[in-house]
Amino acid sequence: MKMKFATMAVAAVMAAGPVMADLVFPSLSYRTGPYAASGIPFADGYADYFTLLNERDGGIGGAPVRMVECETGYNTEKGVECYESTKGEGALVYQPLSTGITYQLIPKATADGIPIHSMGYGRTSASNGTVFSHVFNYPANYWDGASGAINYLLEENGGNLDGKKIALIYHNSAYGKEPIRTLEELQKQHGFELTLLPVDHPGQEQKSQWLQIRRDRPDYVVMWGWGVMNQVAVQEAVNIRYPMENFIGVWWSGSEADVIPAGAAANGYKALTFHGVGKDYPVYDDIQKFVLDAGKAAGAGDQIGTVQYNRGMYAAMLAAEAARTAQEIHGTADITPAMMRDGMEALEITEEKMAALGLPNYGPAFKVSCEQHGGPGLVGVTQWDAAAQQWNVISDYKPTDRELIGRLIEEDSAAYAAENNIEPRCN
Amino acid sequence: MFYREAGEFSTTYKDDSQTFPIKFDRWRYYFVLFVAVFVIPFMVNDYWVNSIFLPFLIYAIAAIGLNILVGYCGQVSLGTGGFMAVGAYACYKLMTSFPDVSMFVHVIIAGAITAVVGVLFGLPSLRIKGFYLAVATLAAQFFLVWLFNRVPWFYNYSASGQINAPERDTFGVLITGPNTEAWAAYLFCVVFTIVSAVIARNLTRGSVGRKWMAIRDMDIAAEIIGVNPLTAKLSAFAISSFFVGVSGALFFSVYLGAVEVGEVFGINKSFLVLFMIIIGGLGSIFGSFAGAAFLVLLPVALKVVGVDWLGWPTDIVAHLQLVIVGALIIVFLIAEPHGIAQLWRVAKEKLRLWPFPH
Amino acid sequence: MSEAFLYTVEVFLNGLMAGVLYALVALGFVLIYKASGIFNFAQGVMALFAAMTLVGFQNGQVPFAHLINATFGLHVTTFGWNLHSTVAVFLTVLVMIALAWAVQRFVFRHLVGQEPIILFMATIGLAYFLEGVADLMWGSEIKTLDLCWAVGACLPQGGNLWIEQATEGLGGEGFYGFFIDSLDIVAALVAMVLVAALVAFAQYTKQGRAMRAVADDHQAALSVGVSLNFIWILVWSLAGFVALVAGIMWGAKSGVQFSLSLIALKALPVLMLGGFTSIPGAIVGGLIIGVGEKLFEFLIGAPFLGGATENWFAYMLALVFLVFRPQGLFGEKIIERV
Repeated sequence: MKMKFATMAVAAVMAAGPVMADLVFPSLSYRTGPYAASGIPFADGYADYFTLLNERDGGIGGAPVRMVECETGYNTEKGVECYESTKGEGALVYQPLSTGITYQLIPKATADGIPIHSMGYGRTSASNGTVFSHVFNYPANYWDGASGAINYLLEENGGNLDGKKIALIYHNSAYGKEPIRTLEELQKQHGFELTLLPVDHPGQEQKSQWLQIRRDRPDYVVMWGWGVMNQVAVQEAVNIRYPMENFIGVWWSGSEADVIPAGAAANGYKALTFHGVGKDYPVYDDIQKFVLDAGKAAGAGDQIGTVQYNRGMYAAMLAAEAARTAQEIHGTADITPAMMRDGMEALEITEEKMAALGLPNYGPAFKVSCEQHGGPGLVGVTQWDAAAQQWNVISDYKPTDRELIGRLIEEDSAAYAAENNIEPRCN
Repeated sequence: MFYREAGEFSTTYKDDSQTFPIKFDRWRYYFVLFVAVFVIPFMVNDYWVNSIFLPFLIYAIAAIGLNILVGYCGQVSLGTGGFMAVGAYACYKLMTSFPDVSMFVHVIIAGAITAVVGVLFGLPSLRIKGFYLAVATLAAQFFLVWLFNRVPWFYNYSASGQINAPERDTFGVLITGPNTEAWAAYLFCVVFTIVSAVIARNLTRGSVGRKWMAIRDMDIAAEIIGVNPLTAKLSAFAISSFFVGVSGALFFSVYLGAVEVGEVFGINKSFLVLFMIIIGGLGSIFGSFAGAAFLVLLPVALKVVGVDWLGWPTDIVAHLQLVIVGALIIVFLIAEPHGIAQLWRVAKEKLRLWPFPH
Repeated sequence: MSEAFLYTVEVFLNGLMAGVLYALVALGFVLIYKASGIFNFAQGVMALFAAMTLVGFQNGQVPFAHLINATFGLHVTTFGWNLHSTVAVFLTVLVMIALAWAVQRFVFRHLVGQEPIILFMATIGLAYFLEGVADLMWGSEIKTLDLCWAVGACLPQGGNLWIEQATEGLGGEGFYGFFIDSLDIVAALVAMVLVAALVAFAQYTKQGRAMRAVADDHQAALSVGVSLNFIWILVWSLAGFVALVAGIMWGAKSGVQFSLSLIALKALPVLMLGGFTSIPGAIVGGLIIGVGEKLFEFLIGAPFLGGATENWFAYMLALVFLVFRPQGLFGEKIIERV
């Protein structure tokens, strides 16, 4: 009775065998579910860039790219299914795109020898390459974000935050709690006063938190929000007439979808970033010509140039460059996940390289090494211009407090290594 | 022809009251067990285990647990997610505190801890009934998730607030962690599933189960004929939570390996397991399996058909999935309001008379 | 007056406003439960569906555009017109009535006389179905909802300045006047009108009385000539209308997106506290939950427990009430006979 299906299942034959002819890049997208508003543009950008490479250059180093899209709906269990169903096809690198799926995949993918690139999310301490051999989170992580936000505020205040009040409003989950430790350390260092305001999932009701902000009048509000929480927070900030230029969100709280519902009043809201905004880059002309006009766009084609689209495209660009590096190292166009890992570890993004790709100054220049999987942690700040409906960069990519973050990363990754009996590498 | 009571003579009471009175049924049951334990483990790969068998088996345990409470004892619970979280976190604390103990022991103790928590949140059931009782269990759901997120002791003060299953074994075979062989994880879960199903089946047809059902059918009447509602209701909460806790522990340690409480054990999980038992059939062990299969396997099957075979865009397939699952639930209901288990029962009844139905 | 006291009053007032918003969602549940004994799990999704349809009409979106494009290789997105809000609301109400008819015709007509748990399960199926259809029809991107019934007369947003300035003098330096969201005030007014209208409808009109008769006893109502079909369509239409109102109020705040369907969770403790069968109960329950959770967060949750306690406290509060009144505050007394 209960095993009826099991018997049937065994009788069925697994159809898909590994095809190694082309470079397989799985895309674990979430075009449905509560976070679809962010997931759709990201997935479009990721796909369109690979389509561009195929159409314009015939792939990477002569080998065509095959992108396998799998819908996770931001759900960890579906993510597992996606991972298992795509890894057999020779997947080169995974972008899990959700905290839950990332944590779930870190040990699994490491055991399977497939690299993970969690760009600006996931486990922060994974930037310690000596412990996490297959996980990369360049160019910036959450703790860089926290430090970058404080550095920006320091700059605004002539290097002194003494006695200033800063409130952190965050999604009450592992993701939202990420910056707390860093901010608490920075608080000791710079003498500001930190208030923590958790918002429970999903975050449609934030009156209590914003009333408290209205009472306490913090000088700055930093937000680690996600999904509907972002839109409501921006709206509530507008409602209490909080000065929007003192309100800074992390990069997952700074897309068009987060500010447009609040309308013109959201003008001046700031968000951190680690990549360029808008579509004022030569590569977009190519995307327009080879992808959109050719009718090969992944989505409706209306997302081009939005923050999440750019982020997806940036992720694809970094993946493609890592693949190119791997091809150079190993002297073959047909690379394996293991080679891809080497490529990611040897990845070097320079100003010239970005300019050659049609993305001058798009992101920070950085170099990955065996010990350092996290990149330089350069963080910029963008500001929303409601009249023009666009984000503008107002602070270039600037360094964060790497000494402090390095210490915290060391601590956390050592705990992980001890828990899982991992011998440090790179000696 | 072959599916008959004819020719079966029960000479003892034991024979008369067995679970599968028909010989064919009995053999089929042994055959399924044999295949599940001795054949499948040699044939599976990572994909089949991780995306099909493990979720199915683990949800089946959770569904059995919830079915005891809702289907047999009539106490509506929406706290399954929270109780699964208790199992998961108990298992995690045990795994990290006593690394040398076998995983079997950890999972069972995790279940026992969940049972205690379940009884605690079951206390209001003595006074509140029906849909209103759901509020007590929902309080458990939200409070437990908040608690595990809030108190760092539960996640060993890790910076991320997530819990990760370290490598642990039983009888020297790795059960958790990334290097686990597919068959080991499968076998570990299948053993728990089979044992749970057998225990649940025998509990529900014994005196305990009869007391539960008496409470379900009408608790005042049950009280009058001498069923103690306190022990009956609380024992249902305890045993149900035990199974749910076991499933939570397996869900975390064997299946996912890393868990964030709000995302994995949120309110959606509670609803999902409740849907499973309602669709499968309330008050039926087979229904628990059928419901778990319906809601775990159908979306995967639809995805494979839509995306991999027909090549449709993934988002359209995901939306169509919802439409199809929803429509199927309604169609099933109109055809047979008592769930898949009832369809199965009717089919068996028909088969018994086939090919001469009159 | 001391600031601490004034701020407590402010939290109290905002709790009342939040409570009204919860009650708006709960109302839809109560309507259907009262008339047909169905616990309508799909109420949240109906709010999402209604709000998406409204925005879709306003922006002249082509329904099922994505599906059409993928199937036929076209590139249609909009009809290129913008409908006036009033027209769009009217059309959306029509759609909700059509939905009510379809639900009755294809689902519940076949399930008359079944147990409550089975009817509940049918609404689960309906929730899945509607969610899929809503996404297919209008796309899952986030949409902005602006409702304007005349030029310059839109749904208000932001704190009410007048109240703020008028009360500023009450406290000292650290008090900035009471903050009350204008949208919440509108929502409260709408909710009051809605409840008054619904109660009046149920008490004084023929259909309303028929509705109550059906709620009391299906068969008895049938035997005196009440059309069960019509009443159920009526009730589902009303619930659809309430869902639309709730969807507008919540959607104006957060944009119209999937998460809108999760507001149902906020309504559950309200329902349980107020009783499944009482329209005034939904309002009173909403107010108690709203005030209770906000005050608890303000006085105990945020200072001592690390915050974000609202979600579980709402249920704990409902639980405490239920221990003393197991049928909810206004629910019909449960009489049990052997």
